[in-house]
Amino acid sequence: MHRFANPARFLKIAKPATTWLLAIGLVLSAIGVAGALFVMPPDYLQGQTARILHIHVPAAWLGMGGWTGLAIASAAQIVWRHPLAGVAARAIAPAGAVFAFLCLATGSIWGRPTWGTWWEWDGRLTSMLVLFFLYCGYMALAAAEKERGPDGRAAPVFGLVGAINIPIIHFSVQWWNTLHQAESIELTGTSIAPAMLWPLFFTLFGFSALFGAAVLLRMRAELAATKIEARLRRAAAA
Amino acid sequence: MNQWAFVIAAYAVFLGGTGGLLAWSLLACRKAEDQAERIGRRP
Repeated sequence: MHRFANPARFLKIAKPATTWLLAIGLVLSAIGVAGALFVMPPDYLQGQTARILHIHVPAAWLGMGGWTGLAIASAAQIVWRHPLAGVAARAIAPAGAVFAFLCLATGSIWGRPTWGTWWEWDGRLTSMLVLFFLYCGYMALAAAEKERGPDGRAAPVFGLVGAINIPIIHFSVQWWNTLHQAESIELTGTSIAPAMLWPLFFTLFGFSALFGAAVLLRMRAELAATKIEARLRRAAAA
Repeated sequence: MNQWAFVIAAYAVFLGGTGGLLAWSLLACRKAEDQAERIGRRP
């Protein structure tokens, strides 16, 4: 991992990787969305609204996965002082916040015709809302201490402490038996019919690739901005 | 209650949000890299 901590080496890999992730993500997402909207049969109980779950689940997965990545990057920033770890964490935060928000929004739109309510203070919904606020807090904190460079400790510590919310979100449907359903996909199998399952895999992998592309683009932007700042400082000192 | 209206609204919000995130990231990256290249070319 330390090999890739060099920004020049990282950029050499990140530039083609961004293009590949964008291309793969767009193709897989398009197949998944088309399958979920036009090919998949309606659910016998939920009817057409079951189609919303094919974007809601990837949004939840990326919102939670994003913070897991942010926490790992924060740990690397604290323990190994990786030059790229802080950049990665700061790049993940807005992408994760967008998907956490999209998870809440699509869940709310699905909940109205299915549960009869836009919002319920259910364990899963509330812990997901907390995750969105954690992302907002992290972004504010990281922006405030960015000037301090790799020595800033508040944002990575916040990233690590905030990770406690991830298992809370995951187990919320077991700990608090309220409106939100339990997991339909587990390591041991799934209760979803194959005709409804395949578009979900396409949207899961497709939007994950697009998430990765967005993170790489934001990392490249921050590295370029750092380069500009360093050059301007050198020019001013000369 | 027309269920398709909810489906279309959810997909519009999701695809709009994802597209917006990608466009924002792409523009920020292009702008910063172009500027870095311009400054790097200066004597």
